[in-house]
Amino acid sequence: MAMAASSRLLWASRAAAYLRISTFPRAFSTGMCLSPSPPCRRGSYSTRFALLNSVPSFGFQDHLGDVVYVELPEVGISVSQGKNFGAVESVKATSDINSPVSGEVIEVNEKLSEEPGLVNASPYDKGWIIKVKLSDSGELSSLMDEEKYSKFCEEEDNH
Amino acid sequence: MSVTGSAGARGAARPLMRLVTMSGAPILRQLHLEERLLRRTADNWCVINDGTAPPTIVMGVSGRVSELVEIEPVLRDRVPVVRRYSGGGTVIVDQGTVFVTIICDKSAVAGLQPFPRDIMSWSGQLYGKVFDRFGEFHLRENDYAFSHRKFGGNAQSITKNRWVHHTSFLWDYDVENMDYLKIPKRAPEYRLARNHTEFLCRMKEYMPSRSVFTDGVITALGEQFSVQPTDLETVLSNDEEFVPSTKLLSQQDLEEIVSSKGSSSLGVQEVEA
Repeated sequence: MAMAASSRLLWASRAAAYLRISTFPRAFSTGMCLSPSPPCRRGSYSTRFALLNSVPSFGFQDHLGDVVYVELPEVGISVSQGKNFGAVESVKATSDINSPVSGEVIEVNEKLSEEPGLVNASPYDKGWIIKVKLSDSGELSSLMDEEKYSKFCEEEDNH
Repeated sequence: MSVTGSAGARGAARPLMRLVTMSGAPILRQLHLEERLLRRTADNWCVINDGTAPPTIVMGVSGRVSELVEIEPVLRDRVPVVRRYSGGGTVIVDQGTVFVTIICDKSAVAGLQPFPRDIMSWSGQLYGKVFDRFGEFHLRENDYAFSHRKFGGNAQSITKNRWVHHTSFLWDYDVENMDYLKIPKRAPEYRLARNHTEFLCRMKEYMPSRSVFTDGVITALGEQFSVQPTDLETVLSNDEEFVPSTKLLSQQDLEEIVSSKGSSSLGVQEVEA
């Protein structure tokens, strides 16, 4: 978008408050998807920023259990689509968290260090994980929305 | 996924699993190897390390030293403290510990979903074949037990396409080493407030030899995989870019914790001796 950097930042900051990238149960091992908070909708967003959250839907609690620890990345590092940037611990396992988008981490949710359960309890709100300045907004078009991902999970569970 | 090994029963192809056996390897070295095999290879692996030296305290990824470890005797006796890459609790390992690590592609075991409880359950079935004839074997919560006495503790690490399930088995243990560990704040329900000697048991009291155990593991794996012994030297590559996350805490790290009278920046989680 042909916007001045400052106005882009301002607009994106507002958009980020309404935009969520949600992870789903298998997100911790296979990837994540994009959904605005709520309702979920697939779209071509021009925002340059996105919040990465986790959600407890689709049997998250059944599959991974209660999250007891979140390993957060450092602010300023780069994340790449499909690559891990952190981890959660549940039960006896650490599970990678993979980013659905590429960009720069501009903020992490420090509250998760003391309250990792927010990932389970408040996925769309207080349980956000990182805020990313997107390097390629075109990646957003490749993500599934909540409806498609729920179907994907159902198919996986039926195997 | 790794190359198909060989045909099993009914002509079903068994995936290849490479077997690495060690004896007395330092646990830090073993954990670094595991991380490399997990993240830098595409093969299925079984790593067996029969005993380790020196005696070492190993915490899970979120372990908080001040709450898990008696720091002053640890500093006094210079007991190494390691924070591993997987989840789970705290153990002290030595020559009496036998380690078995299974590293798999997520598609290696048909029908097995790469989630903690699913993998744990699968492992319970696998080890049931190893232990059933020696005692009343159970997977109790996340532990392996004869009756109600634990002899194996588990932890896991799951990536996008692969997973690790590793176990420290108590062939034998030195009860005095338990004094380096604090009493866990959280314990499995079946522990029922028992002390170490009442809660744990030694495998050597149930099985004739370590080799019977390790051979049994390899046989059990062989029902699902084509197990191929692999020379450790061929496993070690010149992959200097990879930096494992498992860390040995320095004496300075531990001394700073003592002097700060506080905790590390990591949250405290479930811990077990």
